[in-house]
Amino acid sequence: MSLKTANGLSAPARNDWQSIRSDFPLIAGQDLVYFDNAASSQKPKVMLQAMENMVSNSYANVHRGVHALSQQATDQYEAARKTVAQFINAADPAEVVFTAGTTDSINTIAFSFAEAHIQPGDEILISGMEHHANIVPWQLMAQRKSAHIKVIPVLDNGSLDLEAFDALIGPKTKLLSLVWVSNSLGTVNPIPYIIQKAHAYGVPVMVDAAQAAPHMPLNVQAIDCDFLAFSAHKLGGPTGLGVLYGRRALFENLPPYRGGGDMIDRVTFEKTTFQGLPFRFEAGTPHILGAVAFAAVLDYLSNIGMRQIEERERQLSQSLRCQLKADFPEIQLVGTAPDSVSVVSFLVKGHHPLDVGVLLDNQKIAVRTGHHCCQPLMDRFGIPGTVRASLAFYNTEDEIDRFLLALRKTIRLLK
Amino acid sequence: MTPTINETAEMLESDFAMFETWEEKYEYLMDLGRNLHWPANRQQSDSMLIRGCQSQVWIGHELNQGKIEFFAASEALIVKGLVAMLLKVYSGHTSADILAFQPDFIARIGLSQHLSPTRSNGLFSMLNAIKSTALAYQNA
Repeated sequence: MSLKTANGLSAPARNDWQSIRSDFPLIAGQDLVYFDNAASSQKPKVMLQAMENMVSNSYANVHRGVHALSQQATDQYEAARKTVAQFINAADPAEVVFTAGTTDSINTIAFSFAEAHIQPGDEILISGMEHHANIVPWQLMAQRKSAHIKVIPVLDNGSLDLEAFDALIGPKTKLLSLVWVSNSLGTVNPIPYIIQKAHAYGVPVMVDAAQAAPHMPLNVQAIDCDFLAFSAHKLGGPTGLGVLYGRRALFENLPPYRGGGDMIDRVTFEKTTFQGLPFRFEAGTPHILGAVAFAAVLDYLSNIGMRQIEERERQLSQSLRCQLKADFPEIQLVGTAPDSVSVVSFLVKGHHPLDVGVLLDNQKIAVRTGHHCCQPLMDRFGIPGTVRASLAFYNTEDEIDRFLLALRKTIRLLK
Repeated sequence: MTPTINETAEMLESDFAMFETWEEKYEYLMDLGRNLHWPANRQQSDSMLIRGCQSQVWIGHELNQGKIEFFAASEALIVKGLVAMLLKVYSGHTSADILAFQPDFIARIGLSQHLSPTRSNGLFSMLNAIKSTALAYQNA
């Protein structure tokens, strides 16, 4: 199999996972087992190299200067936008807006879409497995607009109640905002199917792809979503940078979220007219270095192949799941939906997740414990939180073995 | 004669010093946690809940002949152990003694990793709660 790289050359997919691991300075050669990738992933050297390269050779502010350096920086920044557009298969790079992260992307739509389309009494549909970032912006919007939030319930195995979804969506529904992959359970929701259903009702769909983007190929045209958000730092990129994709027909008619430089067409004290896509939604100086470095990381990931990454991560997380199920009667898996990726969430029966996390930390295992910013979901299961192991392609079967050994010791210490 | 805050802290420190490995230290800490009991005649209320912890922690108190008696509860065993350790040291002393004491023993025990304000187990918040209770009585 061959893949197109950014420079248009065909390259063989890399699948030498040991050498890929050595591309990540923090984990290469360390005895730390880093299973907290859902919180933030480690960074490949190419990210640093791209930043260093720009800082050393072509850094200036973008979109303003006539001088050569500013033009170079602008070219690189806009090339980064194009790389992102290709990565998610957007029809047009102008449909890609750089934000500060998934949270910022969702807040942008919660504000701008509501300004244009939400009337008192209207409904927004979300689900019971949303991250707080896909709950709270809508609550703020609903207060402002006297609108209502409806919630698709979650079944006992951690998948969505699709029958309830059918009953909840209706003429009052103005937008569906849904997580693709659950950050706390690992559940992969049937996004293409749900979007198709929503569109049959004329309801546009925003996809929270924060946990999907790192683990599978994205194709916004194939899934036919209207908006999609993700964060750079969860797929090897820098913090403080996110992506908001919007389908042009819907996106270009939304009012701006924030005012400032770069997003205006003409300003007078009486009236300001705004730029079109994507600049309307990029007020102020953007995260230029971040975007350029992120593009280099996306090229790096595309060179490995997102399909290969998905396969590898499904394999690793399935292996961990199976071994926990087979060898640890003391463990209760939280979220056993048929389709899941990367995240394995569990409890040691009768013990608080924090105790498990602290004892694992003492054995150089990094996992996340707590509610994972999903308090309503934890309430639904009647638990204070979970222990969450989240795997990335640079993790290994060896690390899974070490994790299981450390878990065995943890359980013994807790008894 | 009850030992002073300093004496209890030193005893605790020498208890922990007997253990060489982190496993033994944590087993001892969890044993302290297992022996922490909330008084049966006391209600737990939201006002006793300590913010900034990943597990819920309650610290209550009563004033007994000028001395502050603390009691505590938590859902997590290690957190129970940490708060039990604090109670051993601070409970049953005057606000002046509590405020005068510098809890350096925590670092010497080797548990200072739990002390940072951003640590999710909230040892820092628990210590703050104890000190602000003492402060309230000092100013009263």
